[in-house]
Amino acid sequence: MVLLDVENLTTYYSTLRGPVKAAESVSFNVKKGEALGLAGESGCGKTTIALSLLRILPPGGRIVDGKVLFKGGNLLALSEKEMRENIRWKGISMIFQGAMNALNPVYTVGYQIVEAIRTHERNVSKDEAKERTKKLLELVGIEPSRLNNYPHEFSGGMRQRALIAMALACNPDLVIADEPGTALDVIVQAQVLRLINGLKDKLNLALIMIAHDLSMIAETCDKLAIMYAGYLVEYGDITKLFKEPLHPYTRDLIEAFPSIKAPKREMASIPGSPPDLLNPPHGCRFHPRCKFAMDKCRKEVPRLIETEMDHMVACHLVGAQK
Amino acid sequence: MGHKNRGLIMEEIVIKVENLKKWFPVKLGFFKTLTSREELFVRAVDGISFEIRRGEIFGLAGESGSGKTTTGRTLLRLIEPTEGEIYFEGKDITKLEQSEMKQLRKEIQIIFQDPYESLNPRMTINAIVSEPLRVLKVKSNPLEIERKVKAILEDVEVTPPEEFLLRYPHELSGGQRQRVGIARAFILNPKFVVADEPVSMLDVSIRAEILDLIFSMVKKYQAAFLYITHDLALARHVCDQIAIMYLGKMMERAPTEKLIYEPLHPYTKALISAVPVPDPTAKRSEKTLKGEIPSPVSPPSGCRFHTRCPEAMEVCRAKIPELIEIKDEHYVACHLYT
Repeated sequence: MVLLDVENLTTYYSTLRGPVKAAESVSFNVKKGEALGLAGESGCGKTTIALSLLRILPPGGRIVDGKVLFKGGNLLALSEKEMRENIRWKGISMIFQGAMNALNPVYTVGYQIVEAIRTHERNVSKDEAKERTKKLLELVGIEPSRLNNYPHEFSGGMRQRALIAMALACNPDLVIADEPGTALDVIVQAQVLRLINGLKDKLNLALIMIAHDLSMIAETCDKLAIMYAGYLVEYGDITKLFKEPLHPYTRDLIEAFPSIKAPKREMASIPGSPPDLLNPPHGCRFHPRCKFAMDKCRKEVPRLIETEMDHMVACHLVGAQK
Repeated sequence: MGHKNRGLIMEEIVIKVENLKKWFPVKLGFFKTLTSREELFVRAVDGISFEIRRGEIFGLAGESGSGKTTTGRTLLRLIEPTEGEIYFEGKDITKLEQSEMKQLRKEIQIIFQDPYESLNPRMTINAIVSEPLRVLKVKSNPLEIERKVKAILEDVEVTPPEEFLLRYPHELSGGQRQRVGIARAFILNPKFVVADEPVSMLDVSIRAEILDLIFSMVKKYQAAFLYITHDLALARHVCDQIAIMYLGKMMERAPTEKLIYEPLHPYTKALISAVPVPDPTAKRSEKTLKGEIPSPVSPPSGCRFHTRCPEAMEVCRAKIPELIEIKDEHYVACHLYT
């Protein structure tokens, strides 16, 4: 069952120098209980997509076009009040980036989770919310008595766990995790990934995991979406994408990751850097860095086409073969 | 990467560290200072020894709080060691006066972690790269300085140099900035370079090329290179040797491939199995360590790792294991092997 269906989502940020085209016609879907990894270099629009889904873009950001169908209803057509009361946290919640800074330092961790519950579920009493917070903390492996601790009394891993608990506070169907492993040590990162994996199975959650680190996505997700400069360039089953990537960018990105287990191989960089989104290149935005760029790539934006069931790619090379 | 020819490593030892310690005093409140009997210390580095040869890349890896950054800074005497000796080309530099140290700075350089913060935004690339030459009065002839700056920019592939000389850091991409940082470190032809997480702030797509550059610069200039990192997967691709630190102690040290494929210490094993693998079909290891790194103010007795070690024994709680050579060039500090 498709839980979230994003169609042609386009988000721009207005700046003094003109619109920054952060996301252009992005389409993908997430089924119930499925985990989708959203990967790409910094500035490719991963976080913008997440913020657009919840409609919590910073000032200047606006959704220009598209549809976000959540359980069949278009979120972009809802009023701000409906979003807050029915969707945010109850339907879709988010584990924000930067475990170290996402909690407010002057309130206790418990207070902040209780606040999240009572903001979105107005009929819950304070005591009930507190009881629920205790259960949530236990669920993520924190001693419930630490409810009254301040964030600085928690270690990095515990803060990340508390944020996960907060995201689960109102039983959402979909959780968006924005870089849940960065800024954590490898061992703690492995613990957090395992926790997220366990909770996903236990609560039958759908998950969107945003990460620049493909190896973290490989550990958790079923589907993979690769973004480049605001465009979704490839989307499909993660095993297939790793084995037979169709887009040159996907291939390059996978090759840029060293594996500690596999025999040592050539690690490759992608020459150049992502384009300036105020003034993106014509045609395919990846063409200035692409080894296979043709004339057509410089002129025409490749459309996202479905090569087979659940495998989409936006590249003229693939179009040409067909 | 995957350099077939690992490049030349000389016999000559450039840096030799013996029993290095750095304890930071813990500041207590006024009243507590009067009443507490003993002074408390953060034992950031607690008695480590190693050496780095000419042309060798030595990786120092561990979780945050393991003391790897403190070690790097102490070697440069950016912070003063509490105890122990640091020999640079056979001479103990821990006792040197600041003025003598300044002379040595020509030979010892650092590459910083964050290329967005470590380049002065108000200086041109030319000024940034030539600053070491001017400050240490190595060269004074402007023409000669310019020639040297251009040559080093060629080396780090910020080309053509003429186009970059008068630009400011904000006009450069992250990768280019780090190349400038590398050029600045190598312009004096140093004998010893420390790099603290030189690629962790960069996008994954360009990490490999920066590491490649570091590798070729080290081999070209035949420097001894200390590479501090938390990322074992990347360290494996550049380092000749890797040492694992935990709470200020060195747990294991071995040539890179041996450490990755035949780790001996339970901590090294845990660390390696925790590294995520970019392969969705790979089998996930079932066990991860519990808990997080304890406070270095009151580290556990005996082996510092015993509180999290899956194989802890009685002796581990009581006695600190020594770092001993088990096999050829493979050192480990663990009671399982004594």
